[in-house]
Amino acid sequence: MPVSLLISLLFIFGAALVAPSLCRLFKDKGGCLLSLAPFAAFGLLLSQSGAIAAGESIRYHIEWFSSLGCAFSLRLDGLALLMGLLVTGIGGLIVLYASGYMHGHPRLGRFYLYLLSFMGAMLGLVLSDNLIVLFVFWELTSITSYLLIGFNHEEKISRWKALMALLTTGLGAMAMLAGFLIIGQVSGSYELSEINGMGDLLQGSPFYTAMVLLVLGGAFTKSAQVPFHFWLPNAMAAPTPVSAYLHSATMVKAGVFLLARLNPSLGGMPLWENTLAIFGSVTLLLAVVLGLFQKDLKAILAYTTLGVLGLLTMLLGIGTEYAIKAMVGFLLGHALYKAALFMVAGSVDHETGTRDVTLLRGLRRLMPITAMAGGLAALSMSGLPPFFGFIGKELIYKAGVKLGGLELYFLVAAFVGNFLMMALALKAGIGPFFGKENNDALPKKPHEAPVTMWIGPVLLGVIGLVLGLLPFLVTDSIVAPAIGSILGGAIPEIKLALWHGFNLPLLLSVFTVAGGFGLFMLRGKFWAVADPVRAAIRPWGAEAMYERIFNGTIWLSKAQTRCLQTGRLHDYVFMIVAVTVGFLIWAIVNYGGLQFEMDWAQFDPIKVGLVLIMIVATIVAVTASAYMTVLVALGTVGFGVALIFVYYGAPDLAITQLLVETLTVVLFMFVILRLPPLKSMSSMATKIRDAILASTFGGLMTLLVLKAVNIQFDHAISEKLAAMSYPEAKGKNVVNVILVDFRALDTLGEIVVVAAAALGIAALVATGFKKKKGAAS
Amino acid sequence: MKYFILGHAGRILFPALIILSLIVLYRGHNLPGGGFIGGLMAATAYILVGLGSTMQAAKAKLRVDPVTLLAVGLAIAIISGLPGMLGGDPFLTGEWLPTFYLPLLGAVHLGTPLIFDVGVYLVVIGFTLHTTFFLSELAESDTEEGTD
Repeated sequence: MPVSLLISLLFIFGAALVAPSLCRLFKDKGGCLLSLAPFAAFGLLLSQSGAIAAGESIRYHIEWFSSLGCAFSLRLDGLALLMGLLVTGIGGLIVLYASGYMHGHPRLGRFYLYLLSFMGAMLGLVLSDNLIVLFVFWELTSITSYLLIGFNHEEKISRWKALMALLTTGLGAMAMLAGFLIIGQVSGSYELSEINGMGDLLQGSPFYTAMVLLVLGGAFTKSAQVPFHFWLPNAMAAPTPVSAYLHSATMVKAGVFLLARLNPSLGGMPLWENTLAIFGSVTLLLAVVLGLFQKDLKAILAYTTLGVLGLLTMLLGIGTEYAIKAMVGFLLGHALYKAALFMVAGSVDHETGTRDVTLLRGLRRLMPITAMAGGLAALSMSGLPPFFGFIGKELIYKAGVKLGGLELYFLVAAFVGNFLMMALALKAGIGPFFGKENNDALPKKPHEAPVTMWIGPVLLGVIGLVLGLLPFLVTDSIVAPAIGSILGGAIPEIKLALWHGFNLPLLLSVFTVAGGFGLFMLRGKFWAVADPVRAAIRPWGAEAMYERIFNGTIWLSKAQTRCLQTGRLHDYVFMIVAVTVGFLIWAIVNYGGLQFEMDWAQFDPIKVGLVLIMIVATIVAVTASAYMTVLVALGTVGFGVALIFVYYGAPDLAITQLLVETLTVVLFMFVILRLPPLKSMSSMATKIRDAILASTFGGLMTLLVLKAVNIQFDHAISEKLAAMSYPEAKGKNVVNVILVDFRALDTLGEIVVVAAAALGIAALVATGFKKKKGAAS
Repeated sequence: MKYFILGHAGRILFPALIILSLIVLYRGHNLPGGGFIGGLMAATAYILVGLGSTMQAAKAKLRVDPVTLLAVGLAIAIISGLPGMLGGDPFLTGEWLPTFYLPLLGAVHLGTPLIFDVGVYLVVIGFTLHTTFFLSELAESDTEEGTD
């Protein structure tokens, strides 16, 4: 049923809304209740898998901004089903896990609000069928992940790292939006299901390069590809349940998901394939090498996640059916074991008080269940049979050995990446639990984690084993449809199995295991030099570059603020008038120059007299030496304007002008009492400069008015409004009818501004006022 | 009483100005006037009272906080847009009662645009008086402290 897509989204966003009150009512038990929502969504999606496996797709559609071609449309196909199941299934386990990990936290309700909002955004992202809807959910994941990474906001470092993730992914998303708009312009549709049928049109377009590069900007920043990889390890500042979720199944996979989503329409061209494969392989190699020098349990896992993202991107770039098969298999396997390993790392941290792998060993006696879960996940990650991870790795090698020539580089990259990753997997999942006990060196006396904290990792570890032994459980229902949607064709016939006989991939696997285990045994050597190595490469890293750009931007904005915002009203007025004069000259020159005729007959004695009075009053205002004189002179000018309105038959304007003028004088009186006596503060040169600017401005405005009078207006609008006024709006005063009826929304906006200004004035003046009062008392 | 003439003028003119402002507000739809002008007039009436004695007196006469007037005015303006929506028209579409006749006023047109104008009227009074009272307090506090 199409509506079940919407319902599954509503489950999760609904749970997010009630999370704070549930946690207030039930304390830690609230988390167990909340986990029902993602599990329900999981069930709902799973119930659709029959139709998906049969090659159908389910589409839910509501009109939104139909004039802009933007509809709220969701679509469930093979890829969306795979990702949706991971998001909701692992999401439910994480919610359960967090109820143990965040036990007794004072802001538990808020934590669940953020976490479930993130989950909803992520599910919306994978289900959207419209590029604009996808972008909205994409940004929502950025914002909610910012809140989650910076959840320990009392610490400055958390805030800094959260901002780093937000800025990097946010900037990329801007590029991606531009790319989406180009795609929409070229193809004439924002619906992914339509765009994916238009691959030839897009690839033949002269804007193809632009759209690919812009979309990659979004995908590479989100999925932390080189050179944007630095934010991901830093995002480990988040509480561990968040890391487990963001870095296994969701956030960082969003970029890879987007690439897979657009593969049918943008893929197949050398630009796409080479960029993806090269950036992916570099990310893979860089990540696993850097990972060897990490001593923090979560940091090790973060670098392996980075490596996997590189590997997935590389496989997408290779783009053969084997490579896509490997990518889907690896994506599924990785989500299972990585979430488990992060949760295990969190439990170890929670129970021992440290994440330093040089201290952690021999915990298997005190934490047997956690140790088992960690072991299962680590073995799956190492790619040992009979775990699902082995199938994923075999698929990669099978895809690799089909390559030839220069492309063999990718097989080498995959091989090196895999065996280093295996060493890291053993370090994170096996190392802490084996060896001699070291309990005295730990900050806390360890004991087994509570059931909510081991159920998730154990379950995921067991699933990794079961799927390895019985791969047919997911082959036709989930894996094959996902491959079909990435390749943009029918669902392929595939067969997953542990045993394919003696062949080259198996040989590579054997070498991988041997190399990985060897490196694991040598881990102490790497840790011994870890700190100096990290310190040595840091100044050349991308993170240092980010810091330089960040600080540079701040320096630039400070410099231009110092230059423009002097704090002196005189300068502000000068600048505003000078800029206006510039634009006026530009406009007059560009739009036909000056052409006007003077009708000297218009000058009758009353008008001339009024104008003369106003000119004299202006001169008095400029030259007067007391505030009161200035005020009276300005009042005279104002009343003169009002009289001119009367003379030209605009009574509404005239009355308003008179009242405003009166009130202005009264209000000025209050202010004047506070001001020091009027003194001349400017030098003669400044005065001359101001006089020239002011008279230029006045002269230009006069010329502009004269020009405006001579331009032939289309009278249709004013005549039409006047004609409509009584029959349509039952009013004879057109001015008022326009204000309160025809353009009432504008007036509403204006009175909102007026109200805001009233509060603003009070706030502005009160600041200075209180300061003064405080100093006096 | 600080100023004899202003004080008396304020006391005598105040009711007249308020009534005038209401008339201007009501007739605005057909003749010069409306919520904006009416609001300015009403605010002037309070300021006149304040200038004659003290702004405290004007404040007391107003009874409510000007900020409340701002809020109520905005609320009225927004609510006046809703009846149109009930009929399926866009927000702020004018809806009118049938015209009826009253002594003195003659033909009476009542409709949502008038209610909207009442909102404008209150916002303008609120803005003007909020600013005036605030600035006057500032001026008075300075005179008390004897600075400047």
